[in-house]
Amino acid sequence: MEHEGRDYALWSIAIVLVVLFALIPVLWLISISLKPPDELTDQRFIPQSVSFDNYKSLFEGGIDDSPFIKPLINSIAIALITTVISIVLASFCAYAIARLEFPGKRLILAGALAIAMFPPISTVGPLFDMWRALGLYDTYPGLIIPYLTFSLPLAIYVLVAFFREIPWELEQAAQVDGATPFQAFTKVIVPLAAPGVFTAAILVFIFCWNDFLFAISLTSSDASRTVPAALAFFTGESSFTAPTGSIAAAAVVVTLPIIVFVLFFQRRIVAGLTAGAVKG
Amino acid sequence: MSEIVLDGVTKTFADGYEAVKDMNLDIQDGEFMILVGPSGCGKSTALRMIAGLEDISEGELKIDGETVNDRSPKDRDIAMVFQNYALYPHMTVRENMGFALKLAGVDKAEIDKKVEDAARTLDLEQHLDRRPANLSGGQRQRVAMGRAIVRDPKAFLMDEPLSNLDAKLRVQMRTEVAKLQSKLETTTVYVTHDQTEAMTLGDRVAVMRAGVLQQVGTPADLYNNPKNLFVAGFIGSPSMNFMPAEISGGKLKLPIGEVDLGDLGVEQRDGQVIAGLRPENFEDTEVIGDLREERGVTFEAEIDLVESLGSDLFAYFHIESEGVQSDQLADIVEESLEETGAGEIREGHEQIVARLDPTSKVKRREKAELWADTAKLHLFDPESGESLRDK
Repeated sequence: MEHEGRDYALWSIAIVLVVLFALIPVLWLISISLKPPDELTDQRFIPQSVSFDNYKSLFEGGIDDSPFIKPLINSIAIALITTVISIVLASFCAYAIARLEFPGKRLILAGALAIAMFPPISTVGPLFDMWRALGLYDTYPGLIIPYLTFSLPLAIYVLVAFFREIPWELEQAAQVDGATPFQAFTKVIVPLAAPGVFTAAILVFIFCWNDFLFAISLTSSDASRTVPAALAFFTGESSFTAPTGSIAAAAVVVTLPIIVFVLFFQRRIVAGLTAGAVKG
Repeated sequence: MSEIVLDGVTKTFADGYEAVKDMNLDIQDGEFMILVGPSGCGKSTALRMIAGLEDISEGELKIDGETVNDRSPKDRDIAMVFQNYALYPHMTVRENMGFALKLAGVDKAEIDKKVEDAARTLDLEQHLDRRPANLSGGQRQRVAMGRAIVRDPKAFLMDEPLSNLDAKLRVQMRTEVAKLQSKLETTTVYVTHDQTEAMTLGDRVAVMRAGVLQQVGTPADLYNNPKNLFVAGFIGSPSMNFMPAEISGGKLKLPIGEVDLGDLGVEQRDGQVIAGLRPENFEDTEVIGDLREERGVTFEAEIDLVESLGSDLFAYFHIESEGVQSDQLADIVEESLEETGAGEIREGHEQIVARLDPTSKVKRREKAELWADTAKLHLFDPESGESLRDK
């Protein structure tokens, strides 16, 4: 018991340290975002006076004049569209890889892995030229397509792992019960793989949401510019003030959807949903 | 209500392995047919071919007179109970049982009625809104049965449905299954490796070994007239005792004595044979009384071990012999070694089990005089393993 108690204490300390390490920059960011411009450089962690001016400035001027609202809409739309397409395609692909024996299966997996490892920066130049020629430059599809390229392998890998865990008998039981292969997939397999589907969805969403490289290279206006790229174009109150406060506020705002997203789906990402399917 | 006919059905896997070889079996309407055999004998593959979960490489499968080789499982109107139950964990018991009806487009009220009827039959009414994860093994098993019976399908296919239950529950569920089947009178194919289940449940039993159907018959038929060494050794518990024997000049020489061949109704031939005698065909001479004068042989043996179960008494002894060699028996020994870890075979000795009257006074490490009912002897060809009894 004593031994266990000591282990517990050591683990707790370690966890607190890690959490602090991860959270301090975030707290700092919040702190900066709440400071009025003249206190920005006062080197205090806790602001002397709290002001929401930085946040207000983000949304000032409505959709047409605000430097932030249109990019936020773009970010949400592009990330959501990519996530939906990616998960639908990846679940079909992962199901086939997990369940079927077909020639070229290894090639697909190896190809997916290779693409995921490919450095995005080396594709940006060619994409820039191609997109301009094709008229995809500075459009939604212009970002969604490269995002799909890099998020699909990730989603496929996560989903294959989950599909493999599902007992094959469940699908056969569904077939004997009169289900077509598609019904067996949608009514039995997908609900059971839900934790995997949500995990993959969150990973894909975060990937798209965080991307800066493609967003800055393949957009030129608010038509499709996402928040990370838009932040780079923030200007201060005058040409002599740095936009530090509004960037901090924008950074806090873009972090919120991720937190909400994860919290919302956390309950769904519970292991053991398959418990009770088979003996044991 | 339907008949299932397997006509020369063969399964060859992609790697060339033949799991089922030229299987011919005619399962009557309403019959309870058991497929039994050691693991890897092809019984599950045969069942899965009937279900449509496995392609048929050669031959023809007919359900209700129609060839169904190329029909997918959903179009065969059969229900299957899986070894690990395969309940849908994200559905309640009610949804699990009603799933097939829902897919078939039956209206809600009708589904509810059928599910509740089935639940009543299986004593699951109070569990209808629980999920499989919250049920005990026996309850899950009953849900799996329930899922099959709500549909009123042409046939039930059961793949070792009781093997995941503990011993006591298994015996209890065995009777339940038998009752259910005789009540519903639905054609049932039941796969098991447990010969006791096979003997107690089936109208008829089909014994398989290495992909080949060995013998089909009623439990009594298989027990009394096994066609070959494998069936003789597989059916019955404890299994039949085997010893080497020799026929010469109308006499059968056994390690325990000599018998006239005339009474046995076997082919006349000279040479080596394998003799088989079931444990209950031995008796303590003190108990047997006058019968020993009529027939059989009497011999002395040193008892190695006595197991008394109250109603029965098993005496183990050995006879000096070269031992019996046969591929068919090796399969059975391997299986029992895997399952029990027992079955130790001593070189130059043949272990014999005798089931004696419980009042017998035989004791461990003491000599006892035993009687063997040689009229019940089974003789087999040592090469082919075929029974030498006249057909």
